[in-house]
Amino acid sequence: MTSNYILAPILVQLVTAILLIFFWQRVTVQRVLSTVGNTFSFITSLILAIDIWNFGTQTLHAGNWQPPFGITFVCDALSATLILLTSIVGLAVGLFSTIGISINRIKYGYFPIFHFLLMGLQGAFLTGDLFNLYVWFEVVIISSFVLITLGGKKMQMEGAIKYVTLNILASTIFLTAIGISYGLTGTLNMADLAQKIALVENRGIVQVTALLFFVAFGIKAAVFPLYFWLPSSYHTPPSAIAAIFGGLLTKLGIYALIRMFTLIFIPDDYTINLFIIIAIMTMFTGAFGMMNKKSIRKVFSYLIVCHIGYLIAGLGLYTEKSLSGTIFYLIHDIIAKSNLFLIAGLIYKIRSSTDMRRLGGLYKDYPLLSILILFVLLSISGVPPLSGFWPKLNIISEALRSGNYTLVFSIIISSFVTLVMIAKVWAEVFWKPTPKDHPEQDDTFAPLSTFKKVTMILPVFLLAFISFMIAMRPGTFMNLSDKIANELMHSDDYIENVFRVKNIQN
Amino acid sequence: MEILLVILVGILYAAGIYMMFRRSMVKLLIGLLLLGNGTNILIFLMGDIAKGKPPIIAPNTSVFTDVYADPVPQALILTAIVISFALQAFAIILLKRVYQMTGSDDLDSLNTNDGDI
Repeated sequence: MTSNYILAPILVQLVTAILLIFFWQRVTVQRVLSTVGNTFSFITSLILAIDIWNFGTQTLHAGNWQPPFGITFVCDALSATLILLTSIVGLAVGLFSTIGISINRIKYGYFPIFHFLLMGLQGAFLTGDLFNLYVWFEVVIISSFVLITLGGKKMQMEGAIKYVTLNILASTIFLTAIGISYGLTGTLNMADLAQKIALVENRGIVQVTALLFFVAFGIKAAVFPLYFWLPSSYHTPPSAIAAIFGGLLTKLGIYALIRMFTLIFIPDDYTINLFIIIAIMTMFTGAFGMMNKKSIRKVFSYLIVCHIGYLIAGLGLYTEKSLSGTIFYLIHDIIAKSNLFLIAGLIYKIRSSTDMRRLGGLYKDYPLLSILILFVLLSISGVPPLSGFWPKLNIISEALRSGNYTLVFSIIISSFVTLVMIAKVWAEVFWKPTPKDHPEQDDTFAPLSTFKKVTMILPVFLLAFISFMIAMRPGTFMNLSDKIANELMHSDDYIENVFRVKNIQN
Repeated sequence: MEILLVILVGILYAAGIYMMFRRSMVKLLIGLLLLGNGTNILIFLMGDIAKGKPPIIAPNTSVFTDVYADPVPQALILTAIVISFALQAFAIILLKRVYQMTGSDDLDSLNTNDGDI
C-alpha cells in the first residue's frame, strides 16, 4: 500500500525544529513549542503505528519514481514500532529538558537541534534506500555532535573529540561499503539490492561488504571491539542529552544491523559465529567494565554496552524466536535506558554529584521517588516479572535449543553482574547514610516550584509506566515482536511490498 | 586511468588511517580528510569510467546498448562531499576549541576526567 502519511512523523519534527529556530533565545516559547511538537509527533506516530500493525507495510516512492529508481520509504512493523518508541522517548526527554537543561543551552539552540536529531532518527527508521540511510545517519550524527558539545565545558570537549572522530570514521566505512555494494549490483534500493546481491557470483567480496557494514554499524551500536568511545563520552553531556543518546542512538546501529542482515546479507555460518562471539565479548566487557566504576553515569554507560550484547546475541542465533527476543529487548531497552539517564539527571539535580562515594541517603529524603527509581533499576536488570526478564527468557531458551551453552552462560553471568551493580547503586545512592563531607545545601531540586518538580518527575514516571505495562502484559508485546520477527525472516514480503506499485502500473 | 585511481584510493586510505593513529590532533584531522577523499574516489570508480559516453539512450533504442558513464555515483559523491565538508568544518572548530582549552595538541592529554575509572 502506498501512503504519504508515513512521512508525517518526520515532517512534524522538521516543522517544529524550523519554528523553534525562528524563536531563537526565547526560552519560554522554546520550551512550550518543543513540548507541543513532541506531543504532535507522538500522536502522529501512534496513528501510524496502529495503522501499520493492523494493515501491514506501507511504502512511499518519492516523486512517484518507479522502484528501484527513486528514493523509497518503507514503513513495516519494525519501523513503525521504532518510530513510536522514538516519539515516546522524545516526548519524555523533551519534557525533562524544559527544566533539566540550563537556560544558556536552551538559548543557544538546544531544542531545534534536539528535534533535528529526532527527525534524523525517524528518517533512518523509515527509509528503504541505502544511500538515503547514510544521509539520515549524517543528520543524526551532526545533530548529536552539536548536542554533545553544546555548553563547551572542558570535560564535554574531551568526550566530544572521541565521539566525533569515531562517528566520522564509522560514516566513512559505511560510505565505502555503500560504494562497493553499488559497484557490485548497480542499485541502492534495499529491496532491489536484496534480490541482486544474491546473484553476485563473487561471494567473497559480498562477505567483505557485509562485514564492512557490520563494522560501520557496530561502531554506532558500540559492540565489543568498537565500543571505547561510548563510556568515555556518554557521561559528559547533560543527562537529558545522554538519555536520548543512550536510549536511541546506539539502538539506531542495532536497527541498521537487523535490517541489513535480515534483508540484504543473509548471514552464513561464519557471520553467525562471529555475531555470537562478539555478543559474548560485548556482554563481558560491559559487565566487567562497570564493576569498578564510581560514577553512576559511567556505570550506566557500561550497562548500555553490556545490554547491546543481548541484542546482538538474538540476531546471531538467527531464528525467528531469537529475533523476536531481540525486538522485544529493543523495545524494553529503548524505554528503560532513556529512563535510566533521566534518573541520573534527577539524582544529579538533588545531590549535585554522580559520584557514588559522595551520594547517599536519598531514600530517607525522597522515599516515593526512590521506590519509582528502584522499579526502573530492577526492570533493567531483568528481575522477573519485570520488563527486562521476558525478552531475555526468549533469547536464553533459543540459545539452549541451539545448544550454545557458552552463550547461555554469558547471558546469565552478565545479567547477574548487572543485578549486583544495580544493587550496589541502590545501596550506595539510596540506602547509605549521607556522607559527612557532603553539605546538604547542594540540593538544587527542593527549592524548585511544584510545577517544575512535576515536570521533571513526570517523564520518569511516564517511561516507568510503559516499562510497567510491558511487565504486566508481556503477551501483547511478545505477539508484536513475533509478528515483526516473522516479517523480518520472510523478507520476500518486504521486497514485494516495495515493488507492488510497479506491477499494478504495468 | 582506472588502475591509477585504484592505487590512489589505496594510498589515500592507508595514509588516512596512518595519520589517524598519530597522537597529534591536527594529524588526526588530516587523517579524517584523506579517508573521506579516498571514499569519494572509490565511489567515483564504481560508476564505469568511460570517456565521452554520456548516459543518453539513442533515439532508435529503448535501453543502453553500450558502456556509459553512470551518473548515480557522481550524484552520490556530490552529496557525500557536502556532508563530509560539514562534518570536517565542525571537527576543525572542535579541535580548535579543545586546543584553546587544554593548550596542547596531544590527544593523550585529553583524559583529565578519566581519573575515576
